[in-house]
Amino acid sequence: MADRPMIEIANVSKFYGIYKALDDVSLTIGEGEFFSLLGPSGCGKTTLLRSIAGFETPTAGEIFIDGVPSLALPPNRRPTNMVFQNYAIFPHLDVAENVAYGLKRLRLSAQDERKRVGDALDQVRLTGLGQRKAHELSGGQRQRVALARALVMRPKVLLLDEPLSALDKKLREEMQVELRTLQKAVGITFILVTHDQYEALALSDRIAVMFGGRIAQIASPKEIYQRPRTRKVADFLGGMNFLKAKVLGEQGNAVSVDAARFGAVSLDKPQGFAATNGHVTVGIRPERLRLLWDDDRAPHELAGRIENRAYFGEVTHLTVGVDGLEQPLSMVETNNFGADDLPVGAEIRLAYDPEAFVLLAEDPPVTRV
Amino acid sequence: MSLLTQRLRVLPFLPAYVALYFLFLYLPILLLPVFSLNDAATTTFPLAGFTTKWYASLAGNSVMLQAAWNSLVVGVAVSLLSTVLGICAARAITRYRFRGQRAAAGLIMAPLFLPEIIVAVSLLMIVLAMGVELSLITVILGQTVFCVPYAMSVLVSGFEGFDRSLEEASYDLGETAIGTFRRVTLPVVAPAIVSSLLVTFTISLDEFILAFFLSGTEPTLPVYIWGQLRFAAKLPGVLALGTVMLVASILMLTLTEILRRRAERRTQMAFTLP
Ligand SMILES: Nc1ncnc2c1ncn2[C@@H]1O[C@H](COP(=O)(O)OP(=O)(O)OP(=O)(O)O)[C@@H](O)[C@H]1O
Ligand SMILES: [Mg+2]
Repeated sequence: MADRPMIEIANVSKFYGIYKALDDVSLTIGEGEFFSLLGPSGCGKTTLLRSIAGFETPTAGEIFIDGVPSLALPPNRRPTNMVFQNYAIFPHLDVAENVAYGLKRLRLSAQDERKRVGDALDQVRLTGLGQRKAHELSGGQRQRVALARALVMRPKVLLLDEPLSALDKKLREEMQVELRTLQKAVGITFILVTHDQYEALALSDRIAVMFGGRIAQIASPKEIYQRPRTRKVADFLGGMNFLKAKVLGEQGNAVSVDAARFGAVSLDKPQGFAATNGHVTVGIRPERLRLLWDDDRAPHELAGRIENRAYFGEVTHLTVGVDGLEQPLSMVETNNFGADDLPVGAEIRLAYDPEAFVLLAEDPPVTRV
Repeated sequence: MSLLTQRLRVLPFLPAYVALYFLFLYLPILLLPVFSLNDAATTTFPLAGFTTKWYASLAGNSVMLQAAWNSLVVGVAVSLLSTVLGICAARAITRYRFRGQRAAAGLIMAPLFLPEIIVAVSLLMIVLAMGVELSLITVILGQTVFCVPYAMSVLVSGFEGFDRSLEEASYDLGETAIGTFRRVTLPVVAPAIVSSLLVTFTISLDEFILAFFLSGTEPTLPVYIWGQLRFAAKLPGVLALGTVMLVASILMLTLTEILRRRAERRTQMAFTLP
């Protein structure tokens, strides 16, 4: 996280009638940080983003933008700019007029204005398209106009509400790279709302995962993927094998558990750790399980049987039944060594690293109203 | 012989049929300007010669000019009134969701499908029962009821392309509420509003039944024309007047269509996501 806080959200709640869309949300976003709000549909991401922009007024709490308490400020007086999900390009104006829209109020000289518009268009690689009308642009181009129109205002914070969700897969991946490059180039804080975990992982400095109006975890992409705090966070960020494990003992910051067939495993104790009836949930990601071929040996092995197989081109997803485990295990294998040729029913051995297990806290019960 | 080849055999007659159809539809209207320039008091062939005297006579006809003035007043009032009401209705229907929305929209559109003469008679009964004197005002009110559905359908298609986020984007870029209305809301919906004004004005201009029942002693142009038709000698003057009105109507409808297309082109793509 960058040194100086740019956005501070302090105990923000938002009710729609009796429905709690945001439940005591607190977080700090640094200057120049690329921050993502990630969560399933309806979890309150847009509500939080629109509260920062000023389009929603939280029922409780305060939002500081660059140290200034901002709840009383209307959207047009906040140093934030937004890229709308549908881009909201003004249909009666051409590209250059769209980009110049906000500058008009600054009363720049015609020359300065033209220069800033030109620079903004260069920045989003729309050089020379200034005279185009909104309806003459492709989806990706409209997205760029929306970006340029916001960036030209030189906001302290750029807010993006699922900006890439309307684009097809290939263009989306291209734009992800561009967005990241652009953010590094302009150096301002970006707050991105998305429900696509790969997008959040690929772009962000830090991610806040939200469920039901609450923040479940805030961490860097790597940490949030490898060390999810709760079962739901783990599940939302990708595949995960969950196991019930018996607590054997605690020493300082570590807990040792008996993870069924995986044997005794020592784990970092998450904050707020509590076992229920001496049991906890642990998880291991599918790609951390590895197939062993022929004479391969590993310090930690397990025998199993392939119950199901799905081919994904570069990888194959395997479902492996292991005696003594309640649930079959999911695995992801690259197809370099012929995992795609293994028949269902084949007896296999797999290797695992006890270090790869994470201890997952219970998710807070969903209380709404 | 298959059905298809049967159809194909009939096909050569299709263009002829279409030509006949248009002839039947438009020939009478074409005769209007022809006879209005004919130097004779009767509408018979052969034509007697070219003259513009019927048009000249219009200029000196003070009763006719008064009727034209009445029509203009009524037309302007009706188009403003029904467009304002149409804006409210169209905004309610495109922007908000409320109970009974479909029923409300249906009721607003209903006058389009009711027999006009029935509406006219009922309005007349009510106006008389209320003891209100017949005047241009009663005509304006009656025609407004009739024009709101037209205004609304023109405006709804204009407003449907208008997205709330456009106004939000404008605030977000630093513009005030008034500035947003001036720089975004108005320009985006303006073509629809102008179309609505033109359409309702045109409808009012040649509306006869309501005007006939509700106008009292102040005739509008169609009512005046109806009165003149009883005098054979006045016919060429009426033809000239009719020609003028025809040209005016065509011009206005053309303008409307141009505006509608321009607006459509603008909004069409701006919101359709790829
Ligand atoms: N104006 C409103 N009135 C009532 N409820 C609302 C309103 N706006 C949002 N909500 C509710 O608040 C919750 C959070 O909405 P929000 O739009 O923030 O979700 P989101 O995380 O952005 O979801 P999505 O990914 O679908 O966009 C949702 O359950 C939604 O139904
Ligand atoms: Mg949303």
